[in-house]
Amino acid sequence: MEVIEMEKVFSRPQSLRPVVTHYCPGCGHGITHRLLAEVIDELGIRERTAGVAPVGCSVLLYNYLDVDMYEAAHGRAPAIATGCKRVHPELVVFTYQGDGDLAAIGTAETVHAAARGEKITTIFINNAIYGMTGGQMAPTTLIGQKTTTTPTGRLVERAGFPIRMSEMLATLEGAAYIARVAVSSAKYVIQAKRAIKRAFEAQLKGLGYSLVEVLSQCPTDWHMTPAKATKWVEEKMIAYYPLGEFKVPKEVV
Amino acid sequence: MENVAKTEKKERRAKIKINEDFCKGCGLCVTTCPLQLIKIANHISKKGYFPAEFVDPEGKCTGCALCAIICPDVAIDVFKTKKPAGGEK
Amino acid sequence: MEKRFMTGNEAIGEAAVQAGCRYYFGYPITPQNEIPEYMSKRMPEVGGVFLQAESEIAAIYMVFGASGAGGRVMTSSSSPGISLKQEGISYIAGAELPCVIVNIMRGGPGLGGIQPSQSDYFQATKGGGHGDYRLLVLAPSTVQEAVSLTMEAFDLADKYRNPVMVLGDGYIGQMMEPVVFEKKPQPTLPPKDWAITGAKGRPTKLIKTLYLDPVVLEQRNLILHRKFQEMVKNEVQVENHLTEDAEVIIAAYGTVARIAKTAIQVLRKKGIKAGLIRPITLFPFPSKTFEDITQRVSKILVVEMSLGQMVEDVKLAVCGKVEVHFYGRTGGVVPSYDEIVAETEKLVNKEVQ
Repeated sequence: MEVIEMEKVFSRPQSLRPVVTHYCPGCGHGITHRLLAEVIDELGIRERTAGVAPVGCSVLLYNYLDVDMYEAAHGRAPAIATGCKRVHPELVVFTYQGDGDLAAIGTAETVHAAARGEKITTIFINNAIYGMTGGQMAPTTLIGQKTTTTPTGRLVERAGFPIRMSEMLATLEGAAYIARVAVSSAKYVIQAKRAIKRAFEAQLKGLGYSLVEVLSQCPTDWHMTPAKATKWVEEKMIAYYPLGEFKVPKEVV
Repeated sequence: MENVAKTEKKERRAKIKINEDFCKGCGLCVTTCPLQLIKIANHISKKGYFPAEFVDPEGKCTGCALCAIICPDVAIDVFKTKKPAGGEK
Repeated sequence: MEKRFMTGNEAIGEAAVQAGCRYYFGYPITPQNEIPEYMSKRMPEVGGVFLQAESEIAAIYMVFGASGAGGRVMTSSSSPGISLKQEGISYIAGAELPCVIVNIMRGGPGLGGIQPSQSDYFQATKGGGHGDYRLLVLAPSTVQEAVSLTMEAFDLADKYRNPVMVLGDGYIGQMMEPVVFEKKPQPTLPPKDWAITGAKGRPTKLIKTLYLDPVVLEQRNLILHRKFQEMVKNEVQVENHLTEDAEVIIAAYGTVARIAKTAIQVLRKKGIKAGLIRPITLFPFPSKTFEDITQRVSKILVVEMSLGQMVEDVKLAVCGKVEVHFYGRTGGVVPSYDEIVAETEKLVNKEVQ
């Protein structure tokens, strides 16, 4: 056979450790971790980045991302990130949070970090459910969606309406870049990476708080195959949580 | 462990390698590949999954890397033939 | 040395600044509002950071973040706000981070009142937050002592990589006394090589408290435990006031100890030889002092602004060898010296009857 010279055009980013993750097959965390690592590599900021891991499926983020990290209490990552950034303003500080962490117990910390224009970046994984604890309702669970604490489907009379965090946070002056993306298919993944990069660039430029909400499939707790789960994101979630950039500073190209 | 099907002597434009130690058989690459060059294998990997495998006997892979982009486990490396020197990038 | 006339709250703030504290995160709550207010003015003057957080919970986690980044950091609150901080304090202890937490106690439980109390003794010394950890607890009795203990607190926190609590009450926070800020030489402290500073040219650092393997978590707990044993060995502070010839001992801390000293003056004029054991560190508790006194004295009266919290530690220390009695006022009521005189007389005369 002819020896053909081939070059690698896609491989694992440097900042993502070659460790098998504990995430379920098809989970959006794995994709988002990789995008985060790619952005960190491309911006050349690994050695000056500190991350704050949440409580949730991604509590073990620190096993996968090769940067200095804190493990936060549930919901409090933005406060911890604030403490870190105020001591080391030269560091790039990010939090990585799920919907329970950010939109339930940690809503105050999220809103106030954004209101203060805290120069940190938040990656918010919205999978409309509480993954780690086995599939209970989240503040982002859709009306009619079945979870272990809404077994007959989320009812408005009992549990109210899901929260659109990105739209809400975009109303705050301190928020510099707010975007919602998905990782359910390759084209959305490419857009998601662009948004994550812009969010970090907003921080690097000192413009204020940045957040990227990532709609993610949760095949296990949605009781679907990964392929069906990605369809559910595109058919059901995007209808309620539209993709797009809700706040963009003029300076971010 | 590589999952590369045997090829003919024809020059390949591109190929992928799926690492069975990382692949969880989620199947997203299978549905993503525009040329349907990835299948779920019949064997079980060391990790207990039915992993994905690259099946491209005719060398159709273009190296679009959409499979690698969607893979949640960074199990896919993508290779493209090096362009000859002086050629377009 | 220049004498300054300051409220306890302000003095605590200034003491922190003089001790090198450059990060303060807090939230308003009576009766300690002067601490964040003072820090909001003072921190920018020394190039430090003052941030009024959105809650006491957010504040304690900002402390976690700043401490993990290597900063000398403080927060302050009062009873209900300290309750809010408990999870964060447990995390800080679990992650072995240094910090200073000031509690200016008020009446409880619940919203309670804004007058002084000592009803957070249990919360401060017996846990407060979940898990097997202790706080080093310092209880000043005067504004000057609040200054010296606050300054010491930062060094102790760094020495042990543990949160340290300065436990005052509304009186200490609000009253004004002349204070001096004595510059003490900094002790040699271990370098903060565990701090988050960005992984430049070194392996990454991780500040965490999760250890899913029970065998590993037990080991972690034993490491913490050894620290607390060291504290018990090395850090006890206690005042013995007229105890050498005492026939009855009053045990009190903080503001109550000052009132007790006046009561002792009165008692001695009446011919009753009373003495005071004043714990300054509530953890580690001066158990040995109480144990030793049982050889000479058979009656101890514990006086607190609570319904009896420190009294349990006194009973533990004397191990049933002598009678331990209790007198307390609560809800924000402060005992007067003649109440303490009357209680002590009752105790002494019991035997005579």
